[in-house]
Amino acid sequence: MTRALHPFPGGLPLDHYMEWTCGEESLLQPLPERIVLPLLQHIGLPATPIVKVGDKVLKGQKIANASGYVSVCIHASTSGKVTDIGDYPVPHPAGITARCIVIEPDGEDRWGEIQAVDEYMSVDPKRLQDVIRDCGISGLGGAGFPAHVKINEGVEKAVDTLIINGVECEPYITCDDRLIQEKASYVVAGTRMIGHAVQAKHRVIAVESDMPAAYAALAKLVGDDIELVQVPARYPAGGEKQLIQVITGKEVPSGGLAIHIGILVQNVATAAAVYRAVTRGEPVVSRYVTVAGEVPKPRNLQVLLGTPVADCLHTCGYEPNPRHRIVLGGPMMGQHLRSTNVPITKTSNCILVQEEPGPTAELPCIRCGNCATACPIRLLPQQLYLDARTGDYDTARQHHLFDCIECGCCSYVCPSQIPLVQYYRHAKSHIAAEERRRDGADHARVRFESRNNRLAADAKDQPLPDNMHTTSANSEYVQAAVERTLARRAGATGPDEAAEPHD
Amino acid sequence: MMALGLMCALLALALLPRFLSSPAVSNRDDVRHARLVSRIDSLLPQTQCRECGYAGCRPYAEAIARGQADIHGCPPGGVDTVRQLAQLLGRSQTHTPSITEHAPATTVAYIDESLCIGCVKCVRACPVDAILGAAGQMHTIIPNACTGCGLCLEPCPVDCITLICATGRPQWQWPRPEPRAAVTT
Repeated sequence: MTRALHPFPGGLPLDHYMEWTCGEESLLQPLPERIVLPLLQHIGLPATPIVKVGDKVLKGQKIANASGYVSVCIHASTSGKVTDIGDYPVPHPAGITARCIVIEPDGEDRWGEIQAVDEYMSVDPKRLQDVIRDCGISGLGGAGFPAHVKINEGVEKAVDTLIINGVECEPYITCDDRLIQEKASYVVAGTRMIGHAVQAKHRVIAVESDMPAAYAALAKLVGDDIELVQVPARYPAGGEKQLIQVITGKEVPSGGLAIHIGILVQNVATAAAVYRAVTRGEPVVSRYVTVAGEVPKPRNLQVLLGTPVADCLHTCGYEPNPRHRIVLGGPMMGQHLRSTNVPITKTSNCILVQEEPGPTAELPCIRCGNCATACPIRLLPQQLYLDARTGDYDTARQHHLFDCIECGCCSYVCPSQIPLVQYYRHAKSHIAAEERRRDGADHARVRFESRNNRLAADAKDQPLPDNMHTTSANSEYVQAAVERTLARRAGATGPDEAAEPHD
Repeated sequence: MMALGLMCALLALALLPRFLSSPAVSNRDDVRHARLVSRIDSLLPQTQCRECGYAGCRPYAEAIARGQADIHGCPPGGVDTVRQLAQLLGRSQTHTPSITEHAPATTVAYIDESLCIGCVKCVRACPVDAILGAAGQMHTIIPNACTGCGLCLEPCPVDCITLICATGRPQWQWPRPEPRAAVTT
C-alpha cells in the first residue's frame, strides 16, 4: 500500500550538497582532553547536578537529574573525574556562558552499570516513558524537546499516526542519513518501541527522496506494521508541521501541537536512542554530527557529547581561517558560532564551515511578495517585518508571528537582503520577555496585596510585640554577631583607620 | 409671601440635583478613579521598592491618579514606564537622571546563611513576603517571589543580604537587526 502524499505551501527547491558526506562511513571522534556537558541541552529547565567536583564518574552514569517535568537528565559521556561545575561557553548566537559539568577523561571510556528492560512489548507504556526520561532522551533532530513529554502527551491523547522523521531537508546535513544507513535496525526497532509506548494506530518512517541508500536500508527491515515513505525533496519538508502535512494532509492548527490532531513526530536519531535505552539501558552519550562545507575532509562523525567543536573540525583536517565562519546547524537555520571552543550537545547535528560573506546591505522592502510565496506556513512575512521593525509587537502577534518556524525561506528569497528571520526572532524574544515581566509583576502585586491584607487583619487581632524576634537563649550569640557587623561597618567607612598597620 | 415661595422653590430646585444625583455622580467618579488607579498600577513594575516615596506601587498609582505625584518617580520601570504613563495621562515626559533608558537588570536578594542570626527583621521588611524564616531560625529568600527591591538590606543587623543577578531567568534576547545603510553604487 502506498500512501498518497500531499504538498505543503511555499518552500524552496534547494541544492543539497549531500554527496560529499552521505556515502562515507562515519568516523569515531577520539576522546577529547576535556568534556564539557551543559546542564541545558534541551527545551525546558536545566538539569540539576548530582555529582561534586572531584567525583569519579563512569560512562553512562547519571550526573544531573531532570528538574521538573519538562527537563531531562544528563549522563557522563565518558569515564573520568569531574573537575568543575561552572560557567563555560555554550553553543549560542551571543556566545554566552552557561552552567556545565566538566569531566576530565581517564582514557578508559569504561561503562558504568546500565540496566536493560527485558521485554518491551510486555512493559507498561508508563515504564517506557520513565526509561526514556532516565536515559536523557530529548529530540535529537535539532529542537531538543524532551522525548518523554511528547510521548506522555501521546499516551494521554490517542495517537493515530506516529511519524519517525528522517527527512533531512537542510543542505549539507547527512547525519540522519548516515545513522539510518549504519543503524537501520535501531531506527526500526525504536519506531516499534515508541509505537508501543503510545499505542499508535499507524507507524510511518519518512525519508527524503534523495536518500536512496537510507531508504534501501530501511526497506529491508520494515514489516507490515511500519510504512516507509519517500517524501519529495523540498525545503523545509523535514519541519514537523510540513512533514505532517505531506504525509497526512492535515494541518497543525495555529498555536496548536501535532498531538492535537493525533500525530506524534520523533526524529530517527531519537528512535535509535530509544532502542538503545530500552534494550541496553544506554543513555544518550554520543550523536552523529556532520562536518561539511569548506573543510578538506567532510565527514560524519560519532561524537561524544561535550566534545569541543574545534576537535571535530580538526578530525576533518580543518585549520582555522579568519575568512571562514563556523555555523552550528544547517545553512538555513543554523547559528554562527563566535568560538569553536564550545561543546557538541544533544541538538548539534552539523558543523558547517562557510566563506564569510561580505557585508550585505539591507535595502528597503519593495513589496515584491516573494517571501509570502515562499512561506510554508502561509504567513505574511513582509507585514511581520514591518511590525517587528516599527516595534508594533501586538500587531505582529495578531499576524501569527508565533506560528513562524524560522525556516529562513523568506530571507533566502528576499531581493533586498533583509534579514527577515532575525527580525522575527527579535520580536518573539521581546514579546516573551515582556510577558515574563508582566507575569512577574502580577505575581508580585498579588503577594503585596495579600500581605497588606494579612497585616491589616493582624493589627486588628493583636499587635505583635516589637521584641519577639530575639529569643533569650541565643541573645549573647546574636549580640556578638551584631557587634562584629558594627565593627566591620566602621572598618568599611573608615578605611584609613582599618588599614593602619598595628604591630 | 410670593417672593418667599419663589425663593423656596428656587432653593428646592437648586438643591434637588444634589440630593438626587449627587451620590450617583460621586460613585461614578469613584469608579472612574479606581479604574484609572488600576490602569496606572498595571503599568508599574510592582517591585514595591518605595523608591518613589510611597508605600508601594499601588499607593504610588493612587497618588498619581489624584494628581499629587509626578510620573517620573519610578527608576525600576525605566523610560518605558514613564512613556506609557505619559501616554495614558496626557502628561509631558521630561528627562530625569534617575530614570535610565533601559530598566535595571533584574536582581534577587540572597541571604548568606552562615551569617544570618534569624532576627526576622528582613522577613518583616519584605513587601511581598518573599523571605521564609522564623525567630531564631535560618532565613532564606524565595527567588521566584523576590522582586529585588532591596528593602530587606537596611534592616539586617549583620549585613548578610546582598542583591545578586537573577539567575535561572533568561536575560538574553535576540537583538534587533542593525538597519544597515543602503549601498550607493
